[in-house]
Amino acid sequence: MPRSGLLDPQGHAVEHALTALGFRGVADVRVGRTLEIRLEADTEQQVRERLREMCDRLVANPVTEDYTIDAVEPAP
Amino acid sequence: MKVAVVRFPGSNRDLEAYHAARGAGHEATLVWHRSTDLEGADVVLLPGGFSYGDYLRPGAIARFSPVMGAVHRHAEAGLPVLGICNGFQILCEAQLLPGALVRNAHLKFVAKFVTVRVESTATPFTAGYAAGRVLRFPVAHGDGRYVADEATLERLEREGRIVFRYVGANPNGAMRDIAGIASEGRNVVGLMPHPEAAVDALVGSADGAPMFAFAALAAAVS
Repeated sequence: MPRSGLLDPQGHAVEHALTALGFRGVADVRVGRTLEIRLEADTEQQVRERLREMCDRLVANPVTEDYTIDAVEPAP
Repeated sequence: MKVAVVRFPGSNRDLEAYHAARGAGHEATLVWHRSTDLEGADVVLLPGGFSYGDYLRPGAIARFSPVMGAVHRHAEAGLPVLGICNGFQILCEAQLLPGALVRNAHLKFVAKFVTVRVESTATPFTAGYAAGRVLRFPVAHGDGRYVADEATLERLEREGRIVFRYVGANPNGAMRDIAGIASEGRNVVGLMPHPEAAVDALVGSADGAPMFAFAALAAAVS
């Protein structure tokens, strides 16, 4: 997600469009991205550690973006 | 001087940079991004374009190209590195320059001539200008809005590392009208406008020619 405090023009455009469509009370919209990553590891902790390293090195730019790691689900 | 122009998959201003260097009397070579050395270059140019299709973020993937190890060593040795447009984005992603370049504030791709002012002549690429000189350069980018945290901006101002600032209209919403900056050592410079596409009055401006001038680059390397 774009860092809070950093102008997010895409978020603004979506916010305006939602308001124009009649959705009331839209106070703020920020546009980020979601990545789905499948990887092999033994434990959830290992998975989270590797995902954090991936985010820090490549997936997120620490100057402009924050990231969160959501659900880690074992593959069926 | 021997000038290496690095080609990434998706570079598209590489030949302009090559010709600008040759026109200034340098021996220029095109170096593929898979190369792990710069073939003895004195000066490195990272050209404009859309390396890796701008996937993820502009420059985010190119910064891990094999050639970037050699670019890092070149920069750390204090030798001149110039990143133009996508090259600037790559240098920021590679943390050879501080801050980042994000989507233009108005969300539109901008391709036109802009006016910039030379804010620092203490770099190998701007030593040929008079301080405060106003130049006409073309821009062509969708992600040219320079951003950095307040502490970084203050430091750049204090240390005189803002090299170019937009004058009049700011084409992308860049913080403090920043069009180009330099590294702490002043040898690494990045800018969004295209001086390599402004080296002949025939194409609307020759204001970019001094950036590639032989004497200043030779002095920086010696």
